[in-house]
Amino acid sequence: MIQTTQLSKKYGKTEVLNIDALQIPTGQSFGLVGNNGAGKTTYFNILLDLVRPSSGAITNNDIVVNQSEDWKNFTGSFIDESFLIGYLTPDEYFDFIGDLRGMNKADIKSFLTQFDEFFNDEIIGKKKYLRDLSKGNQKKAGIVAAMMGNPKVVILDEPFANLDPTTQIRLKNIIKELTENKEITVLISSHDLTHVTEVCERIVVLDKGNVVKDIETSEETLKELESYFSV
Amino acid sequence: MISRFLKLEWKQFFRSASFGKSIFLNILLVFFALYFIVSFSILGVGGFYILKEQFPDKDPLVLVNSYLLFAIVADLIFRYIMQKLPVMNIKPFLILPIKRNKIVHFILAKSSASLFNVMGLFFYIPFAIVLIREGYSVLGVLGWLASMILIIQCTNFLNFLINKNNIALGGLITLLVGGYLVEYFQLFNLASFVGKGFDFIYLNPIVSVVFLILLIVLYIANYKQLKNEVYLDALISEKVEQANASDLSFADKLGDVAPFIKNDLRLMWRNKRTKSSIWMVLVGLLYGLFFYPNPLYADKDFMFVLVGIFSTGTFLINFGQFIPAWDSSYYKMLMSQNFKYERYLKSKFTIMSISVVGLFVLGIPYVYFGWKILLVHFAAMIYNVGVNTHVILYGGTFNRKKINLDEKAAFNFQGTGAVQWLIGLPLMILPMIIFGLINWLVNFEIATLTIAILGFVGIALHKKLMAFITKKYIANKYVMIHAFNQEN
Repeated sequence: MIQTTQLSKKYGKTEVLNIDALQIPTGQSFGLVGNNGAGKTTYFNILLDLVRPSSGAITNNDIVVNQSEDWKNFTGSFIDESFLIGYLTPDEYFDFIGDLRGMNKADIKSFLTQFDEFFNDEIIGKKKYLRDLSKGNQKKAGIVAAMMGNPKVVILDEPFANLDPTTQIRLKNIIKELTENKEITVLISSHDLTHVTEVCERIVVLDKGNVVKDIETSEETLKELESYFSV
Repeated sequence: MISRFLKLEWKQFFRSASFGKSIFLNILLVFFALYFIVSFSILGVGGFYILKEQFPDKDPLVLVNSYLLFAIVADLIFRYIMQKLPVMNIKPFLILPIKRNKIVHFILAKSSASLFNVMGLFFYIPFAIVLIREGYSVLGVLGWLASMILIIQCTNFLNFLINKNNIALGGLITLLVGGYLVEYFQLFNLASFVGKGFDFIYLNPIVSVVFLILLIVLYIANYKQLKNEVYLDALISEKVEQANASDLSFADKLGDVAPFIKNDLRLMWRNKRTKSSIWMVLVGLLYGLFFYPNPLYADKDFMFVLVGIFSTGTFLINFGQFIPAWDSSYYKMLMSQNFKYERYLKSKFTIMSISVVGLFVLGIPYVYFGWKILLVHFAAMIYNVGVNTHVILYGGTFNRKKINLDEKAAFNFQGTGAVQWLIGLPLMILPMIIFGLINWLVNFEIATLTIAILGFVGIALHKKLMAFITKKYIANKYVMIHAFNQEN
């Protein structure tokens, strides 16, 4: 369960985020939608304790994220390419992350074989550094790294951007499988309303830092969102 | 059109990352530039008289001419290593309604105004003025000067033609070394043979037209080559390196810091910026050779400490001063991973300590200059491990500048703030003062011992110091994440 209470973030006088209360139960696939500057990435950054809130707090499975670091044990995330170490090959990068997450060589190998299809033979065993991969392939590596070490919470910022259509579909399946057993909480943000309504059971719309909509996904959700954004 | 290009260049210069550096650094760079300009000019003005005094029976102009070949070849080699055609930033123009010809001409014209071509003028022009003042034929000197300027431009364009061609570089080096050798063994004086050609130009200034023709030919050749290569899959393509996966499993013996150490080793081998730091280590190791053979320093024991600290600590200083900025581009990721900060810092400490011991071992041959030197180096090694590693890690908490690993290293001050300059003081000057003082007041043995003991105290307090430093890093976490997010 991820609990947000009276959270706000201000830069100088401008408030970029203001969430009074938001609860994300364990096992939910949660989507965050909003135009540029709505506060999606800021929210994720606060959740990962990369940015301090001006007031309030986020509790990740009973741990206040800016007071203890224990949430790191069960939280995997990929925000942007700056999460990748450019001078490593994807294999070395997975080894590094896996090492930090307490996996041994065999664990890492068997973990990665699940994603053979997702990688489409373009990531593993190639003699290329991450910095030289295309944006889409970089993203694939980052997303998979976020799922290493059996996390209970997975946070992905705009996972669908830059991916090719096939990979988008595969990623949707991966996310659905993750949340199938209602044990892993997945938080994603997206600009693509179709994808997000397809994958997420619940969608929250942010606008200028405020929650303006909180929807249980249903048949009508896509229409509702489209009409909201087509102002 | 040209004026628009120039406007963009102007903006590029003043808005570039390097220009936005701290005022302190700008002053330093301006100072360096002025230093070169002034020393070249002094050489240009005074060169004539110095040569006249040293070789009264020879004509200074003839003397200069007889070495010009070496100057030109050396210039070419220097350019080969340092100078590149500035093509990357024309990418946005390719899709605009601008003729390709114009873009190519602009790149070439721009290159001819580069710093490499300007520097030599600070020597040649004053030298030519002095020649005229000293009663040389005005026309002859002007012809000679024109040839020099044209030759500089020719090397400029020749460099772009032969660039990336290792055979050409080999040829140049052979010419330089071979020319020197045949002269040394008095087989044939190549340089002065070429020099006679320059004497001939002075006597017949009209001959300098040859270089103008050469320049035009080279320019056209460049133009033709470049015009065919301003495509995304040719010249403007970004090179994709083959990854070299070396087996670093030996690092696994180091326990829980191993993943970080493996990363740091790869960081060093695979990035332009860090690769050159590795060469700096070699320079640092050999630093003692500047001092020890010199009898002037033979009895100055405190110099041993400086050399000892520097030669065993050159990696420590080069690498350590940019902790944690080396990891700045993915610092956010590290901060969201599951490990204790202390482990990260411990890996940096381990890698620095190993380097210090390793460099001491490599420096053992210094014993040739006296056992005292080895003894001091040994003490300096302990001091480096015990004191300087901690000092430099602490200094890292003040690091607020992102490092872009892909950028080249020479004259790259990115990531450098005032701290990097100040931290040198306690690292090297402090032990020198302590040693010098005790050596003067008591004796050499006690002074050496003191340095070593200081180091041992540091090692004994390692756990406490690391806990303190870690706390500082954690306290600065958000500021660092924010700072490393900025492209400076």
